[in-house]
Amino acid sequence: MSHTTDYIGKPTNRVDGPAKVTGTAKYAAEFNVPNLLYGYVVSSPITKGKITKIDTAPVLALPGVQEVFTHENVPGFAFLDRSYKDDVAPGGSPFRPLHDAEIKYSLQPVAMVVADTFELARYAASILHIEYDEVAHETELVKHIDEAFEPGRGKTGYKPPKSRGNFGKGWKEGVARMEANYSHHAQHHNPMEMFASTVEWLGDKNLTIYDKTQGVFNSQQYVNKVFGLSKDQARVISKYTGGGFGSGLRPQYQLFLAVMASLQLERSVRVSLTREQMFSFGHRPETLQHVALATAADGSLTGINHFAVAETSQFEDFTENVVGWSGTLYDCKNVELGYRLAKVDVFSPLDMRAPGAASGSIALEIAMDEMAYAAGLDPLEFRLRNYSDFDQAQNLPYSSKALRKCYAEGAAKFGWEKRTAEPGSMRDGNLLVGWGMGGGIWDASKQPAVVKASLDVDGHLTVSSGTNDIGTGTYTIMTQIAAESMGLPIEAVTFVLGDTTLPESPLQGGSWTAASVGNSTVEACTKLGEALLKQAQKMDSPAFKNAKIEEVEFANGQLRLRSDSTQAIVLRDIVQASGETKIEAENSTVLTKLEMLKPPKYSMHAHNAVFVEVKVDPELMTVHVTRVVNAVAAGRIINPKTARSQVLGSVVWGISSALMEESVMDHRFGRYMNHNYAEYHVPVNADIHDIDVIFVSEEDDKVNPLGIKGIGEVGLLGVAAAVTNAIYHATGKRVRDLPVTIDKLL
Amino acid sequence: MSQVTQASLAPPPVALAPTQAVSLNINGQAHSLQIAPWTTLLDALREYLDLTGTKKGCDHGQCGACTVLVDGKRINSCLSLAVMHEDSHIQTIEGLGTEDKLSPLQQAFIDHDAFQCGYCTPGQICSAQGLINEGKAKTEAEVRELMSGNICRCGAYSNILNAVMEVLNNEGLIIEDKVWSAGDTKPDLAPVEPPKQ
Repeated sequence: MSHTTDYIGKPTNRVDGPAKVTGTAKYAAEFNVPNLLYGYVVSSPITKGKITKIDTAPVLALPGVQEVFTHENVPGFAFLDRSYKDDVAPGGSPFRPLHDAEIKYSLQPVAMVVADTFELARYAASILHIEYDEVAHETELVKHIDEAFEPGRGKTGYKPPKSRGNFGKGWKEGVARMEANYSHHAQHHNPMEMFASTVEWLGDKNLTIYDKTQGVFNSQQYVNKVFGLSKDQARVISKYTGGGFGSGLRPQYQLFLAVMASLQLERSVRVSLTREQMFSFGHRPETLQHVALATAADGSLTGINHFAVAETSQFEDFTENVVGWSGTLYDCKNVELGYRLAKVDVFSPLDMRAPGAASGSIALEIAMDEMAYAAGLDPLEFRLRNYSDFDQAQNLPYSSKALRKCYAEGAAKFGWEKRTAEPGSMRDGNLLVGWGMGGGIWDASKQPAVVKASLDVDGHLTVSSGTNDIGTGTYTIMTQIAAESMGLPIEAVTFVLGDTTLPESPLQGGSWTAASVGNSTVEACTKLGEALLKQAQKMDSPAFKNAKIEEVEFANGQLRLRSDSTQAIVLRDIVQASGETKIEAENSTVLTKLEMLKPPKYSMHAHNAVFVEVKVDPELMTVHVTRVVNAVAAGRIINPKTARSQVLGSVVWGISSALMEESVMDHRFGRYMNHNYAEYHVPVNADIHDIDVIFVSEEDDKVNPLGIKGIGEVGLLGVAAAVTNAIYHATGKRVRDLPVTIDKLL
Repeated sequence: MSQVTQASLAPPPVALAPTQAVSLNINGQAHSLQIAPWTTLLDALREYLDLTGTKKGCDHGQCGACTVLVDGKRINSCLSLAVMHEDSHIQTIEGLGTEDKLSPLQQAFIDHDAFQCGYCTPGQICSAQGLINEGKAKTEAEVRELMSGNICRCGAYSNILNAVMEVLNNEGLIIEDKVWSAGDTKPDLAPVEPPKQ
């Protein structure tokens, strides 16, 4: 039976929409606390070497300059490496800002000027005289393939790839084969909001820190350990985050600098990075890949070989799952996988939207297209012939897998059956038309999250958890889930997040927030429901006297009997009768934590299939992506409106990755030369045309009680490959080094 | 090993240019500031007037997040000094509508889910308002092109297009009602017609 308070699965406007469209939503650099000082960071012009001299005196002489922080006057804080490790730090020794004279990478922060105004700090930073001894650096990954090594289990979530069967045998058995190298350059997240921390000094080392982050608790524990502050002394707040895409998973150096300056000067301090400095920390690593595939006469894969070498810094071993997906997505007995790292003089790479899978799927899905052509099969038919109904990598059945529906519904919507296979065979007037496809797979995971649900005497429900909303829709979907769980109208529910004084929630990443916080929200509401029933039983209401929780429901603003919905009490009245100002409850994460210890019974993944049309000018070789259909199987979709937006954004990211986006390193200087928004190309409105998003139905009662798989990453997979495959179909040119810029087509 | 020197060896100026009084008319309200002459309009809004709805995304006129309306025309406020606008009517996102009284563009952005993180959104909306004021863009292709000075890293472009088209299609209504002006307190301000060419 449906209720007026059923919201799950319904397209719902963002509850934070009004704040965002009127400019009242405040981001980290926008808390204008009293007596604020401004820090401006000076970045290293060299890539490797030592600072030999810093002349701070002329800068300090400027009226209004409060301090110049350098490695010479920043006190030693925590000594051990582990104090600088955040929740998602890879193995190695974390970078410590202003720690010593050594320069490890280009644009490394070397000093920070703190002044009364932003204008003065910026000017003063520009005249700070620093001398360096420069030594030779090495930033070219391709020169270091031979030194590449297999990383250990450095970072949470990294799974060393597992080979199976005998690829050599499978390769020989094949009647058709393909083998090729693929590469893409580094990419930087570049969220619209630049990293910033506003630290409010409240006296006696008590700080309120407004930080740009994807997880307030990660920033807090970093500050606790590095500066020896208690949790009470370092409250971290992040109500709105102007994009993350992974860049906010680790605390960035402006947090260290702002907190350090605040503690040293006993003043409130804001440090904002510049757009150029947004290229001075983590990035998606440049990755070189090799794929070899072989098929039998019927088009079934007899062997898959996928090998990747990625860059990492000299000080940390950043790992991601690049090749592992190739052992899962298609059915094949003989799979050989390899993943290695090579150290160069760059900052440590960092998870960037669909980390690993985005890179791996470029190589695998272009290779699948090449293999389809080599085997004389349609790319969709080829994938269907190698459909995996059982996860051979984990040796587990899928909890659910509706990828077949993605293929069928996506292809139907796109009109794939009208495709003619021959490259260059489709035209729109003078323009070459190309149709390509791809797809991918992403983990459906869940982390422990604590949620508190509190109903007040006015009947307003406040649900809170220290999670984040980087634009993903967390505020909105949690409000929907809580409203439906308690049977309240959505206007009577407020979801609060982004504050370390709230119950602890994991970082927002890995597409796990909806499942983690969503299911915890239901649990907290269930507990609140039990408390409300208990209270109702103290009231003069014979119908509920012996009612069990299973016998009641919360709907349309009431507690009522399932068997007789006329027996009902308005929720507000229950709180009022209690004599308290509110009734509240919190979920327990014990079972979730225990669950994580158990070996998994199912392989739990989201999937997608993408169909892309490009039109290419045959003379100028300009490429326009004119149509995209992205069909996604991600379990239950809580809010089709915000989820669709996430997939639309993923498609834009995929187009960007295929055609535009790269951090261009000039190896002579060891620096990304296009470190600004004019030359680091991402799509603008005119680059984006028709995009269709399909959520195929996929019910999954095993993945988690709500059946959520997460939507943040999966939509990106296969998009760049599908664009590249479409370009091949249009032009006959197979480009394997992304992005496919015009020069590679002419 | 080689020596590298950062910043000029020449001494900095003995005295910096003094701050000066700057008067600005923003969203129909007069403001008086004492600021360095090289303070950008963007920083004046954000750091001195607490009008943080206008966003800084690059500080180089590359992303459009800082778009405001000056005499009805959209500009990148990061590329303009505050002191240059003493005689201008400046409109920011705070002047287009409030949570209680959203402008049609603001409402359309919510209805079409034309944003995710929300950071480029005020700039997108001010830019769209400027585009409507210009009266040039009529078709989807024209709107896409003329909204291309505003980057949205979340990739909400299709939804932004739909939101702007919806308001454009109701343009007559907007001009008559001026419901998208600054609200009850500043009824006479928005929009200012762009200067005649």
